[in-house]
Amino acid sequence: MAGVGELLEGKRVCICAGSGGVGKTTSSAAIAAGMAARGKKVAVLTIDPARRLADSLGLPELGNEERQVDPKVFEDAGIDTQGGELWAMMLDAKATFDELVRRHAPDAETRDRILSNRIYQQLSNALAGSQEYMAMEKLFELHAEDRYDLLVLDTPPSRNALDFLEAPKRLMQFIEGRALQVFMKPTGLGMKVFGRGTSMMFSVLRRLTGVEVLEDLSEFFQAFSGMVGGFRERAKRVNELLANRETCFLVVCAPQGEPITEAVYFHRKLVEAKMPFGGVIVNKVHYESELPDHDPEQLRSELTTALNDEDLTQRVISNYENYRALAARDRKNIKRLTAEMRARLVIQVPYLDTDVHDLAGLMRINDYLFAAGARERTEIAAEA
Amino acid sequence: MPDLLDKRLVIVTGKGGVGKSTVALAMGLAAAAEGRRTIVCEVSSQEHTSHVFNRAEVGFHEVEMAENLWAISIDPDQAMREYLLLQLKVRAMRDLLFKSKIFGYMAAATPGLRELVTIGKIWEVALPDRKVKKARKYDLVIVDAPATGHGVAFLQTPRTFANVARVGPIKAQAEALETFLVNHRKTGVAIVALPEEMPVNETASLEHTLTEDVGVSVDRVYMNALYPERFSKDEAERLEAVSSNGNGALRAACRAALSETRRAAAQREQLARLAELVTAPVRTLPFVFEPELGVGEIHELSEAID
Repeated sequence: MAGVGELLEGKRVCICAGSGGVGKTTSSAAIAAGMAARGKKVAVLTIDPARRLADSLGLPELGNEERQVDPKVFEDAGIDTQGGELWAMMLDAKATFDELVRRHAPDAETRDRILSNRIYQQLSNALAGSQEYMAMEKLFELHAEDRYDLLVLDTPPSRNALDFLEAPKRLMQFIEGRALQVFMKPTGLGMKVFGRGTSMMFSVLRRLTGVEVLEDLSEFFQAFSGMVGGFRERAKRVNELLANRETCFLVVCAPQGEPITEAVYFHRKLVEAKMPFGGVIVNKVHYESELPDHDPEQLRSELTTALNDEDLTQRVISNYENYRALAARDRKNIKRLTAEMRARLVIQVPYLDTDVHDLAGLMRINDYLFAAGARERTEIAAEA
Repeated sequence: MPDLLDKRLVIVTGKGGVGKSTVALAMGLAAAAEGRRTIVCEVSSQEHTSHVFNRAEVGFHEVEMAENLWAISIDPDQAMREYLLLQLKVRAMRDLLFKSKIFGYMAAATPGLRELVTIGKIWEVALPDRKVKKARKYDLVIVDAPATGHGVAFLQTPRTFANVARVGPIKAQAEALETFLVNHRKTGVAIVALPEEMPVNETASLEHTLTEDVGVSVDRVYMNALYPERFSKDEAERLEAVSSNGNGALRAACRAALSETRRAAAQREQLARLAELVTAPVRTLPFVFEPELGVGEIHELSEAID
């Protein structure tokens, strides 16, 4: 196994997961471009497209619909895609949720009641997990339409990188939960099922919250009740897609202690959840191989001779020591990560000197992701 | 208008991974060093502060970390419980709610309720006259807030509730929170950014949303982890020449210096863009060349906070 190309061979879905600020969006774009360059028809679903990158790909106004990157962009970069295509879209949780309501609502009246309900309006934007769930939903929809060889999903930056795995389940619990049943029949059967305490509880709640909140909630839950069946079926199928053998999870992280700890945790959770885990991408690594060990006195004298400048020599040396300390940290952290991975791929992408903002930049990253001639950058963990 | 650290509540927010927790703690240390009784509130149970100080997790308790510095990790379930204890004076009523499974389901299902009680607790901690009996009074409360997307929704929660609940105690409560958050004399916001393109863009749009839509006062933007400019253009050219002729560590050291020069320059471009794009004053915090950030490093950062 050499790189992402082999890993994604025959896969239909690639999910890039990880905490915020680790370069997930760039990795997703690079993977999608790399697979398109290998002749696949690929769509990348992103949360927040890097604007300069999107501009350079000719996609300044990305929305909730996929748009194709002009094949000429590849041609201009000297890449023959052999019929491969790159499409991109920006995930819009609110728009996706609205679409879903339109699809599942039994009639126009219910649809309008939900869309104009204030609780829904708050929910579709702010409910923990709703953005994550909607990403899954869009992924499922595109997969069902079967227009692409591969879908690459850049997951939302959750406080907890696992939120999206839980999202379908959580949404289901929410809409079919017992709270819903109570609200559907606040004075009837629900009360009887839950006993006399319930009506007293409601009277306490009314005093606490005011009648209006309860009414809005009640209306919201009632409007949603007709859609429970459709949602339940859908959430089940989304979960099946995630666990499918044609799906591949990649964990994206950075080499500092905290992101590595999160990646280790995330890997464990994916394995526990029986999700098809593919490997880890570590971005912004300081390679130790490029910062070789040295005799400090010898380096100082060589620099002094070459530069003839004591002060500059000192600054070059302290900069070098700083970099070496970071490289040592990265190696230590990646070793810890690799020990966890059980024969899975750990790909290290170096800390590049410049931001990636065009196709050429993505391809530079792909030299590492797809490991063409960079085998030493790729560690394969020993079977534990 | 009072200076940021002279306010009672400071909310630290920004894109994921920019170092919000570190900046919140550095700010806490800076305020504590000036003699302010300061507490750092975490809202996502990361226990960042207790980890940095190598202490047992603090949980839903106000624990002293250093002189004048306390920390608490606000758990919404516990905040909800405390709120009900304070609100419902009749014991039987409280027991009824706490024991009710349906109440549990509902509390979990109601959108935004967890955020509302979390902000409620932050507000309570910041009150000069605290509701919790015998509770400590603070001069400054610093919130390590959720990342951008969740952060905006988080801060908007009180208004949403105030709008939905037209009458009743929740409305009064939500309005009090809202009034406190948008009081520019009492509550300030600091956004943390990184010197890269996307974090800069996001910071600009976050400042706009927070100012225009949420109505809070964004008082400062921190450009975090800025590389030093160690080498001049002229020196870089000399290093370039040496690196192309040398080998081994000599070449590697020159290349590392050139690499840093390029990064530092690219970062200065982003710093200039940030200053152009945002209204609030921009402060810079240096990149810390240490493998991990401990108390010592954050102390150093705290000296550049104000």
